[in-house]
Amino acid sequence: MGKHIVILGGGTAGTMTANRLCRLYDRCEYRITVVDQDDDHLYQPGLLFVPFGLAQPRHLVRSRPRQLDAAVDYKQARIERVDLDARTVHLAEGIRVSYDILVVATGATLVPEETEGLTGPGWGEKVFTFYDLPGATGLHDALERFDGGRVVIDVADLPVKCPVAPLEFAFLADWYFQRRGIRDRVELAYVTPLDAAFTKPVAAKALGGLLKEKGVELVTEFTLGEVDGAGGRLVSYDEREVPFDLAVVVPLHAGAAYVGRSEGLGDELGFIPVDPHSLQHPDRPEVFAIGDAAGLSASKAGSVAHFEGEVLVRNIGRFLAGQPLDASFDGHTNCFVETGFHKALLIDFNYDTEPLPGHFPGPVGLPLLKESHASHLGKLAFEWLYWHSLLPGREVPGIGSAMPERGKHHVSA
Amino acid sequence: MPTATYADTAVPVDDEGFFTDPARWTEPMAEQIAREQGIGELTDRHWTVIRFMREQYAAKGTGPTVRVLGKTSGVSVKELYQLFPKGPAKTAAKIAGIPKPRGCI
Repeated sequence: MGKHIVILGGGTAGTMTANRLCRLYDRCEYRITVVDQDDDHLYQPGLLFVPFGLAQPRHLVRSRPRQLDAAVDYKQARIERVDLDARTVHLAEGIRVSYDILVVATGATLVPEETEGLTGPGWGEKVFTFYDLPGATGLHDALERFDGGRVVIDVADLPVKCPVAPLEFAFLADWYFQRRGIRDRVELAYVTPLDAAFTKPVAAKALGGLLKEKGVELVTEFTLGEVDGAGGRLVSYDEREVPFDLAVVVPLHAGAAYVGRSEGLGDELGFIPVDPHSLQHPDRPEVFAIGDAAGLSASKAGSVAHFEGEVLVRNIGRFLAGQPLDASFDGHTNCFVETGFHKALLIDFNYDTEPLPGHFPGPVGLPLLKESHASHLGKLAFEWLYWHSLLPGREVPGIGSAMPERGKHHVSA
Repeated sequence: MPTATYADTAVPVDDEGFFTDPARWTEPMAEQIAREQGIGELTDRHWTVIRFMREQYAAKGTGPTVRVLGKTSGVSVKELYQLFPKGPAKTAAKIAGIPKPRGCI
């Protein structure tokens, strides 16, 4: 057997990495182990649809090891810590796994308890998150019971997984209440710590315009300090208040808990510092991170994990062969933003180029930053693509790691 | 590139007034920048944050976010907002003479 590659996390990034390694290299060349603590691989993009009854929770979860190539060894265990000096991962019940290469792909964790009052009175009754399955399911029931009042969608602070999902929730809420015939009895507000609807100016203008068009109030530069569930108020650190009857909060995110117990592995929030182009740890060349676990200024989204993976699997081979690494990951991100009424818009960007209008992947293709039915169909089709093409590590023709420049119109906001 | 004059010295800044060359910053400039940001007098607690911002910039190439400041500077997020009411990360970065912190997406 060859070198041992240990991948911590069997979600989107970890599963794709393991399967791509099997495809790119001879199966006997490396021994690959994936570790995760349960058997539930969740299709996270589906969480957005659960509150509106557009997706059934049971359809979003599949077995983790079943998504892995048969040559991959799957260990279901809690990760206690990583000993970087000994190149060993400590698992529950005293199990130790040593590695030649470690890939951290344990994603981001919700930490609602870090915000005062968020998990206090009202949590699960009129304060919800849709960023996990129990929350999304509870919110579905709450929305069905809701017959009028003020619904507030709040992002506590960044980084969060899929930064467009809360915007999509606001757009879909407008559609949902219209469909139920009670939109005139519902006030919608979108509350964000940013100074606009999105981080980047051109997209912020387009997405902010859509909020306005749909009658959603936009509250900016609001960093959530406290949730008063009983009183129905969100309070910011600078003591502004936003009242609500139903609050949909995206809680603070952090890296996996074991990262904090692993000296030298992560940063103060539990994410893994890595080179933004090669994904290698700055102090430990045999350690890489991918997906939401990586502490990069890229979006935490499945598409990023997919694009990073192309560079990562090449770099693992190069590192083991003593060759210089490929430092070509450019921060490429690609998201369908569901806007309701069977429409969506597509955004495509990287570290240096913000989401721009035009077409994807070239001059002829899906419209960028513009609502279309085709993009809505693209979003729906993505679920099949996820399970049957992306997770198994198959490449999608025409959509590669490098962000396409052709088809984009450079404009100013 | 625009410039601003602090402590009788012209320094290059970006369109939002953040220093583009942190090496040009001196401590006497901080009081003047703070006044422009509506902060009357810089206390020891302000200076704890300002020095921390500069250390973090030197180590990581970007100033920390409010959340990271709250976890690592020894000053809680609540107190940070009392010290820098208009947004601690941006205001403290401006007073500390470092570029605007790169936020997350």
